[in-house]
Amino acid sequence: MWMSIFTSVEVGLMFALMALGVYLSFRILDFPDLTVDGSFVTGAAVAAVMLVNGVNPLVAVAAAFAAGFIAGTITGLLHTVGGINPLLSGILMMIALYSINLRIMGAPNVSLLAQDHLFTWIRQGIGGTWAIMIVMVAVVLIVKVMLDFFLKTEFGLALRAVGDNHLMITSFSGNIHFYKVFGLGLSNGLVALAGALVAQYSGFADVNAGIGMIVIGLASVIIGEAIFGKKTIIRTTLAVIVGAIIYRIIVALALRVEFLETGDLKLITAIIVILALVLPKAIAKQKETMRKRQRRLRLSAQKG
Amino acid sequence: MLQLNDIYKVFNEGTPDEKVAIDDISLDVKKGDFITIIGSNGAGKSTLFNVIAGKTFPDLGEVLIGEQDVTGLSEYKRARRIGRVFQDPMAGTSPTLTIEENLSIAYSRVKPRTLRPGVTAKRRAFFKEQLETLGLGLEDRLRAKVGLLSGGERQALSLLMATFTKPDLLLLDEHTAALDPSRAALITRLTKEIVEREQLTTIMITHNMQQAVDLGNRILMMDKGKIIFEEEGARKKHLTVTDLLNEFGKMKGTELSDRTLLGV
Repeated sequence: MWMSIFTSVEVGLMFALMALGVYLSFRILDFPDLTVDGSFVTGAAVAAVMLVNGVNPLVAVAAAFAAGFIAGTITGLLHTVGGINPLLSGILMMIALYSINLRIMGAPNVSLLAQDHLFTWIRQGIGGTWAIMIVMVAVVLIVKVMLDFFLKTEFGLALRAVGDNHLMITSFSGNIHFYKVFGLGLSNGLVALAGALVAQYSGFADVNAGIGMIVIGLASVIIGEAIFGKKTIIRTTLAVIVGAIIYRIIVALALRVEFLETGDLKLITAIIVILALVLPKAIAKQKETMRKRQRRLRLSAQKG
Repeated sequence: MLQLNDIYKVFNEGTPDEKVAIDDISLDVKKGDFITIIGSNGAGKSTLFNVIAGKTFPDLGEVLIGEQDVTGLSEYKRARRIGRVFQDPMAGTSPTLTIEENLSIAYSRVKPRTLRPGVTAKRRAFFKEQLETLGLGLEDRLRAKVGLLSGGERQALSLLMATFTKPDLLLLDEHTAALDPSRAALITRLTKEIVEREQLTTIMITHNMQQAVDLGNRILMMDKGKIIFEEEGARKKHLTVTDLLNEFGKMKGTELSDRTLLGV
């Protein structure tokens, strides 16, 4: 039990990077980007192939980020220059990436079990049960702080305005096409980064590993926002990270239920997202009703 | 400051819905001019604004700002020199960003956006000072999200954001039309103050004849894509709403819409 939660947190931290990427596209740019299912694997594929060929793990991870960034910009260009609807641009890119990922890997599956990679380094270099956890916390926090800072720069503020009110940002000399392309690049870069880390952690890259990734990312964002709110950027990015971890823990606990199997994972994910979307509204409504009832009681008590 | 040379724009050309939105309009706006434009719906006022702002491109003719030919320049590039306030109070600001962040976006209009913080202590002081000129107490709510403001407050903020970088040209597109009378009066007063203080070259579309008469040194009346009446200087000053209504009747020879008559 304890062990499975521990692992969930470790993996959750890796998926948190992916969730931050999804937060960028879905929330900041208001762009439902399905590229994620493909770019997650692209990150894994690029890193895996490079590791197999003896490239330094850090370089491999950086290359994975770059590959995801490029994939995202292509989705952005399909939408902005090609004039294709956002959802469709993402789907097209996702489907295209499936073939591209296969090409990169040369096979549906690349094993990393015999390779030196980031986590074998960490296990050997630092050692101990907590090594990976500590490194991942540091990595995620660094990314979070950088993202928080970025979203408050002149550039970042304009990026946020693009998803908020594109009429307004255009009238203040912001090129919405450029910001969308860049934002999607950054988003998918983070997703690919997560893909590269997860592949090394699990010891393989699989061409099907990305299926449903967007829903997992969305689940993390929604769970996080539902619990922590989204008052400021700093708080929301933290919410997304914790949301990703909570999602992993929920899944781990769900899988311990007797009659559920690994294959039920996607169904569980869908149900979690549905609950995270419906429950907060229902709770808010319930609170409002209670508040009103109490107020009425108070008023009638005063009169009586 | 702004020059329109023989602008012509037609929509749905060659179809039964063909509509000449702007029919060979030339206009020379001098530095410091404050022009009000009136005209019934469909007269081509908004298309004219869109042509100036770069949202639509003219089929014929050219647009010059200062000495620069901007006819083919995209909207966002032109926006460095043009401030705009829209009819919809929600259109000019970003609701999930704070007041100071919105001001920062407006502040970065005139130069490339960098990776430096958008709001600094120095800028915050400047924003505060600017907000004080509105007299709405917004200077004490710098970190409030703009989505929480009322329509009037948002429009006042939009007006400030459009003007405080002193654009070469200010375009006001019926920017008081969606507000209740007292808020509209406030925005009208602020507009007058700001334009006078900053000496801004301004063009304002309005359906409110009183406003068109009270504000500015030039007035244009548009109909069917043409400028049908024009007055400036001393003669504009003595113009009354009745005069305008007479002009409408005389030049058009057609019925007036209720909206125009009521001066809503």
